[in-house]
Amino acid sequence: MTSFDVIVIGGGHNGLVAATTLGRAGRKVLVLEAAGEIGGAARTEEFFPGFRVSSIAHVLNRLHPEVVKILELEKHGLAFERQATPSVALSTTDDPLVLRGAYGESLDGATDSEAAAWRELRALLFRYAGILKPFLARRPPDLADMSLSETSALAMAGLSLKRLGKEDMRDFLRMLLMNVADVLDEHLEDDRLKGLLAFDAVLGSHLGPRSPTSLLGLYYRLAGEIGGVPGAQLLPKGGMGAIIAAMGASASAAGIVVRSNAEVAKILVEKGRAVGVALQNDEQIRAKTIVSAINPSSTFSLVGSRELDTGFVRKVKNIRMMGDAAKLHLALDRPPEFLGVRTEDHRGRLVIAPSTDHVERAFNPSKYGEFSPEPVMEITLPSLADPSLAPDGACVLSAVVQYAPYALGEGWEAGKPKFLNAIMAQLEAHAPGIAKSIRHTELLTPLDIEQRYRMPGGHWHHGELQADQMLMSRPVSGAAGYSTPVDGLYLCGAGSHPGGGVSGVPGLNAARHIIAMKA
Amino acid sequence: MAKTARKTNASTRPPRAALQGHFRTLRLPSPLQPRIDALAKTEDWYTWAGYKAPLSLWDEELEYFTIRSQAAAFDISPMVKYRIEGADAEAFCNRVTLRDVSKLKPGRVHYTAWCDDAGHVLDDGTLFRLAPTHFRLCCQERHLPWLLDSTIGFDVMVEEETEAVAGLALQGPTSLAVLRDAGFAGVEKLKIFDLAEFPHESGMVAISRTGFTGDLGYELFVPAKLALSLWDRLFEVGRLHGIRAIGYTALNRARIEAGLIVANADFVTAEHAIRGDRLRLPDEIGLGFMVDAEKPHFNGRRTILAARANRSMKHVLVGLEIEGNIPAEHAIVYHRQKREVGLVSAAIWSPMAKRNIAIASLSRPYGDTVTDDLWVEIYAMRELKYERLMKRARIVPRPFIKLERRTANPPANV
Amino acid sequence: MKTWDAIVIGGGHNGLVNACYLQRAGLDVLVVEKNAWVGGAATSRELTPGFLYSNCSYVCSLFRPEIMRDLELPRFGLQVISYEGGAVFTRDGDYLANYRDHDAHRREFARFSARDAEAYDRYARDVTRQCRFIQPLLMRTAPDPTSLRPRDIGELMYLGRKFAGLGAEEMALTLRFWTMSISDFLDEYFETDVIKANFALSGIIGTALGPMSPGTAYVLLHHYMGEVDGSVGAWGYARGGMGAVTKALADSFRASGGTIRTEAEVDHVLVKSGKANGIVLASGEEVYGKLVVSNADVKRTFLKLVEEKELPEIFLRRVRNFKIRGSSGKVNIALDSMPEFPALPKDSPCYRGDMHFTDSVERMERAYDDWKAGKWSADPFLDMVIPTTLDPTMAAPGKHFMSCFVQYAPPKVGGRDWTDADRDGFAESVISQIAEYSPGFRDRIVHMEVRTSREIEAEVGLTEGNIFQGELTFDQLLFNRPVPGYAQYRSPVGGLYMCGSSTHPGGGVMGAPGHNAAAEILRDLKRGTKHMSPAHDVI
Repeated sequence: MTSFDVIVIGGGHNGLVAATTLGRAGRKVLVLEAAGEIGGAARTEEFFPGFRVSSIAHVLNRLHPEVVKILELEKHGLAFERQATPSVALSTTDDPLVLRGAYGESLDGATDSEAAAWRELRALLFRYAGILKPFLARRPPDLADMSLSETSALAMAGLSLKRLGKEDMRDFLRMLLMNVADVLDEHLEDDRLKGLLAFDAVLGSHLGPRSPTSLLGLYYRLAGEIGGVPGAQLLPKGGMGAIIAAMGASASAAGIVVRSNAEVAKILVEKGRAVGVALQNDEQIRAKTIVSAINPSSTFSLVGSRELDTGFVRKVKNIRMMGDAAKLHLALDRPPEFLGVRTEDHRGRLVIAPSTDHVERAFNPSKYGEFSPEPVMEITLPSLADPSLAPDGACVLSAVVQYAPYALGEGWEAGKPKFLNAIMAQLEAHAPGIAKSIRHTELLTPLDIEQRYRMPGGHWHHGELQADQMLMSRPVSGAAGYSTPVDGLYLCGAGSHPGGGVSGVPGLNAARHIIAMKA
Repeated sequence: MAKTARKTNASTRPPRAALQGHFRTLRLPSPLQPRIDALAKTEDWYTWAGYKAPLSLWDEELEYFTIRSQAAAFDISPMVKYRIEGADAEAFCNRVTLRDVSKLKPGRVHYTAWCDDAGHVLDDGTLFRLAPTHFRLCCQERHLPWLLDSTIGFDVMVEEETEAVAGLALQGPTSLAVLRDAGFAGVEKLKIFDLAEFPHESGMVAISRTGFTGDLGYELFVPAKLALSLWDRLFEVGRLHGIRAIGYTALNRARIEAGLIVANADFVTAEHAIRGDRLRLPDEIGLGFMVDAEKPHFNGRRTILAARANRSMKHVLVGLEIEGNIPAEHAIVYHRQKREVGLVSAAIWSPMAKRNIAIASLSRPYGDTVTDDLWVEIYAMRELKYERLMKRARIVPRPFIKLERRTANPPANV
Repeated sequence: MKTWDAIVIGGGHNGLVNACYLQRAGLDVLVVEKNAWVGGAATSRELTPGFLYSNCSYVCSLFRPEIMRDLELPRFGLQVISYEGGAVFTRDGDYLANYRDHDAHRREFARFSARDAEAYDRYARDVTRQCRFIQPLLMRTAPDPTSLRPRDIGELMYLGRKFAGLGAEEMALTLRFWTMSISDFLDEYFETDVIKANFALSGIIGTALGPMSPGTAYVLLHHYMGEVDGSVGAWGYARGGMGAVTKALADSFRASGGTIRTEAEVDHVLVKSGKANGIVLASGEEVYGKLVVSNADVKRTFLKLVEEKELPEIFLRRVRNFKIRGSSGKVNIALDSMPEFPALPKDSPCYRGDMHFTDSVERMERAYDDWKAGKWSADPFLDMVIPTTLDPTMAAPGKHFMSCFVQYAPPKVGGRDWTDADRDGFAESVISQIAEYSPGFRDRIVHMEVRTSREIEAEVGLTEGNIFQGELTFDQLLFNRPVPGYAQYRSPVGGLYMCGSSTHPGGGVMGAPGHNAAAEILRDLKRGTKHMSPAHDVI
């Protein structure tokens, strides 16, 4: 029997990045995937005969350049379109507003003064997101034990802050933990633009645009880049699964062994040290290093509280990770026509979030376990650019819809049809006739996402990405730097710093940390 | 306008409303209160965990001698008690506490402690194994949230039973005679730290050969409603053996002689320490002997073992013998009369040892590798003037006294 | 024509504290006050015969004892009396009480949850640790992180050392605490709705945020870091109403030679060559001073009292962006007899403390949703006290003054200004809530004063009626308060200073802004500050 140095639990993108990075450093790595295929929430799946769609993540906007480089993803089949996908702020009362280029390098449909205000705000947001970028790319600072390299890296980040200039630095410090709505109100007038930005800031989190700290969500997005262009986004050809395919190919080339249908039942711990895993079929596989790409709470359940301290178990229990976003897939007879949207712009990201207040109102019910009666959403029609995803002439619609609280008061069995009606009412209002062209509907509530993708709470960040669950508190203090209280057990998933989205950074950072530990 | 508040209606009040009146009794009476009140000639009370408890009842000095020459009854009902029961009760206790609970047989008791993740001591106490899957944990502070959070992943039930169970300590050379004459057949077979249940009226009383005095003694736990009849049963036959009720001042002397520490008197418990430097690892308060590195994982294991490996323990708890006869309570300890190295937390003139003894917490290396040339500075208030004394202190092992009758088998049956 | 050494605009508590310290340093100080009385939002007024109203602020805890001592306020009549208890009424006819006695408090909580009753100790420990971290910062000027001056760098290093001294776990907890919602924070300790509501209310008072908004855990701290004579976190009544605080300050000020002019509304500040040299009153009268200190909030000061051309554009932009949000209102009631609350035993000490009717965090948050929609809360949160249960000076025996602080009341109703009908509707939401728990309550009412943001702004001059002169969110704390670059009580106009709650450390009847501003002014004048006690030790 082959023996492995490292076992990676979970074959999602972060697991694959960690595995491949470790493999390239000479480790013998085994990836264990519970499902029938790798990819986790970044798969492309057929949801209706002939219709394929990116399962959860559907827009690529933050795949880290170092991940692309180290895994040689372009060599392994990943092709970036050079043209950035536009974002379209839909409106029923007005023409849509279109952000072109990398996150609105130019603006269609706004007044000149608004466009000028946006240029200024955009530059400012990118400048400030740029300050945070190095923090997101690195291991979070270890408060207990600052190494020389960490201290100097922090000092470098501090220096980049100083380089901003005095007034800019002051504004940066003032704005850091502000709510996005106030920032937008300070700079902009156009409800469509503000609605879109507010939506982007809170997408994937249990916050409204008026919640303090919600600006961080926008910074997080703008700190991402694609093909060297900060803020750019694209719909990958072949869906998100194409990224996974390239990562899989890179992993194979690095000699990584991937076993699917291999669900881990237990992480074996002896004398405080992880020594291997037991699978559902009782098979035991031993390795010196265990790296978990799955949700931190699931990871520590596999360890079992008997091997952990009570305070740590308590902290893990307190991680807020109840998802608030649903995923809608429609198989359509023909491409829908959104009001006022130019044909080619249908290939973009279409956002229903008519104003900041609208997003905030949509958020309110979710605080009490109710879904939004007028949900906000981000819609893509991936088959327009990639006809292979749907039969000839037909169309796939993929949408992330908020707010859909995981713990719905009335339960999702009763609530799901009602929520679907609410979503369809919005879609019909913006794309009249769309309902009649539906061949099949799949709505994944957070509960469905939890069950299908083994993500507790159905949360794609594996835990709320809010200020108090970031950096040295992600997922919890004591396990924030990819190491855990259990020797030999590491985390490398979205639950770790910096968080979710198809970036590969947690996987890359964790692998580098493991390599550095041994050295 | 939406009305979310409903009309309030006294007739539909929830059952908890019946318990509102407690604000009128700020100090709870113990189940034994009627008997203690009847004996309380000094009316000298203090508050113990929310209960009205006696510092002394008739003469604090003579009460002490009751412990050492007869049988002293001390009400321990205010002690916090948790009932731990379930298939995983042993594994649960083993994970929470420092000592190896798999070595604690049913019918045995051990003194133990428990820590938070950082290895800081949350409390010390006694763990009674009443049955293979039934334990009772007795301690000074309250820990329900910690214990309940510790049950995650274990098939075990934890319930506070402080008010439901009364406790009585019977300590002193004639304590066995009292129990024997009260008709607890077979109680003489109990060895130190043994535990057995005996019938009393409609229920059972758990009697253990344990105590907080360093003397021969027993602790009795009984359902609260049977507490008074148990007291009467002991006092009726006990008169011939000199049974007397005592207060805390007397007990405190006995425990210092026995070298035993008290939570939040000799160390600050981790859930109450506001200042980070007051936290203590077991090895820093003399409880290192409890830490069993070979047993399965327990709370604080990683940090305690790491602190041992890194030699990063900062404090040490020691017994001191101090020149002269002036008690040095809360005196500062010096090295070479100059450098401040610690504090005395408890001190008395020991009648049994005929020495001036103290328990002190020192900053390492003092008390650890540097043990000579230690001094205490005593400020003795005498007629509105501090008499300042600088006295030589010597580190001595605890307990300060060792009474053979405490562990003798069979016990002296006076 | 006389030139004062200093003119203080506004006779609120911070203006008076500032004026007292300047006067005692040997300056000749004039305080000008728009109203016929001094006190700002800390007043006692006889609005109906026989009843003294604390009609704005109503309880005391935050006022710094160092200031009381320095300015000899007890000599001028200031006494603070601690609460005896407090209660949250539950909708099932019961209540949750807070008692001063630790064990009674625990047993009270245990009626609802044995676990929560014991969890309180850990909660109290953690909050106390945070309080101890923040307390020493109150009486210090916040450092400017962009500055390279030795003093700022020294202060920053002091903060850094203090933070590093916490240890890794506590540092992480502190960072979380500063960014969490009070609701999430409480979820980590407690399981019972009413117990969480009991604590959450301190996270929202005076703030345009709901208990589920990140940042409200810090607001809770702002209400916990006070004391009544060493009892940290305790609250009490000023004997004679909150006006007793400012009356003592005014008397102390006059006793040291200071001058107060009431009914002297300031129209604008006189600025000559970039330097303030006096004020012009609404009457047109010019009053000259070598320096001017404004107790008014930062928006009122720089958007109304100073001409735009005197201020740099970036400063103006930041002042305009300063968030002062009206979120609360006040209903003050004179009662001809003690109201009964059948849920509460007649001998309960809770009558002599703060009472509440909001028994869940969700109800509190829903009240905030109404505010976001530009409405007053249909089911408002009330902080209700009856000071006359402990203070015999405010009403005749058997008669009572009741103060109800109400959240939420928006600055505008549905985008338009408040009308009298709105005000009455707002009052009705409060009275009907009380009446549900207190039968016959309406019949006891002798007189009532209803104050929405409209009334508070008109009388006291607080923009939008915000009690803190600006939100206590991170973007407006420490070196960001009121605006970055001007967080040290100075302004772009030479000789013009700020001393109101818009400045660090913020609002509440604390006096620290007035004190700290005086220290900075005296530093600029190179005058001694020996008459200012050092901040009390936190050991």
